[in-house]
Amino acid sequence: MTGSIAYLGYGLAAIGPGIGIGLIFAAYINGVARQPEARGMLQTIAFTGMALTEALAILGLVFAFVFKG
Amino acid sequence: MSLTVISAQLLTSLVAEGDGSTFETPGTSDFWWPLFGGDSNWAFTRPSAVMLLTVVVLGWFFVSTSRRLALVPSKRQWLAEQTYDFVRNTIARDVIGTKDFKRFLPLLFTLFTLILLNNVAGIIPFIQYPTTSRIAFPIVLTLIVYITYHAVAIKAKGGVGKYLGSMIPPGLPGWLKPIMFVLELLTYFFVRPLTLALRLFGNMMAGHLMLLVFIIGGEYLLLHGSAPLKGAGVLSFGFSILMTAFELLIEFLQAFIFTMLTALYLADAVSEHH
Repeated sequence: MTGSIAYLGYGLAAIGPGIGIGLIFAAYINGVARQPEARGMLQTIAFTGMALTEALAILGLVFAFVFKG
Repeated sequence: MSLTVISAQLLTSLVAEGDGSTFETPGTSDFWWPLFGGDSNWAFTRPSAVMLLTVVVLGWFFVSTSRRLALVPSKRQWLAEQTYDFVRNTIARDVIGTKDFKRFLPLLFTLFTLILLNNVAGIIPFIQYPTTSRIAFPIVLTLIVYITYHAVAIKAKGGVGKYLGSMIPPGLPGWLKPIMFVLELLTYFFVRPLTLALRLFGNMMAGHLMLLVFIIGGEYLLLHGSAPLKGAGVLSFGFSILMTAFELLIEFLQAFIFTMLTALYLADAVSEHH
C-alpha cells in the first residue's frame, strides 16, 4: 500500500473539531428553542465559537499539505 | 470566444476520457484551466473569466434594478431587496449593532453577493466552476477584510499602541497577561485571515472535487464496468444530483459565514472595550 500518511492524520485531526462544532450548534439550537427571541445574540456567539473551533480543522488541513511531501 | 474554447477543451477531455479504459482519479490538477496565455503564471484562466462574468452580471443587475424602483416591486426588485435586507438586517445590524453598521454595509453587501454568485457558479450549467476554489480569490478577498478591520480598529481605539493594549482582556491576574497577549496577537494577525481564506477555499474545492468524483466515477462505471457495476454507476449519477443540491446549501452557507465573520471582526474593531 502506498500513499501519504498525512491525509490519514488529517482525518484523525478532524475528529476533535467535528465533535466541537456539533456541541456548539447543539447548544445553539437548544438555546433558540428555549428562547426564540435571543436568536440574534446567540447566532453571533455560535458563529464566533464555530470560527475558533473550525480554525483547528483548517490548520490540520494546511499541515496535511505541508507534511505531505 | 471563451465559451467556444471551454467547450472545445471539454470535448477533448471527454474524448480522452472515453477511449482510455483506465480510471483517472480527479485531483487538484483538474482545477487548472488556462484559456489564453499558455501555461504560464500570467495565463487568463477559466476562474478569471467566471469572476469577470459575475462582476458584470452583479453590476448590471443591481444598477439596472435600483434605477427603476417602484412602490409595487417587480420580481427583480423583490430579489434585490430581499438580498439587501438579508445582509443589512441579519448580518450587519445584528452583529455590528445599530450605531456603526451603516458605514460597513457597502463592503459587506459586495462581499456577500460576489462570493455567493461565484460559489453558485460551481453548479450553474455550462459555467460550472466555483471561482473561490482557486486559493488566489479567497486570499484577495481576505486581504481586503484584513486591512479594513485593522485600519478601523486602529482608528477607533486611537493609535497602534492602544490597539495592541486592547488585546489584553481587563481584570486578568498579572502572570496571565503575557500569555493572553501572545494568544490574542496570534489570533488577530495570523489565525483570523488564515482561517477566513482557507475555510472558503477548502469548502468550495472539496465540494467541487466530490462532484467530480461522483460524475467521472459514475461515467467510468457505466461505460467500462461489468454488469453489476453499471448499477453502481447509475447510483453514482443519482447521488451526484443529490450532492449538487447539497452543494447549493454549502455555497450559500459559506458566503453567509464569510460575511458574518467579516462583520464580527469589524464589530470587534469598533467596540469600545475588548
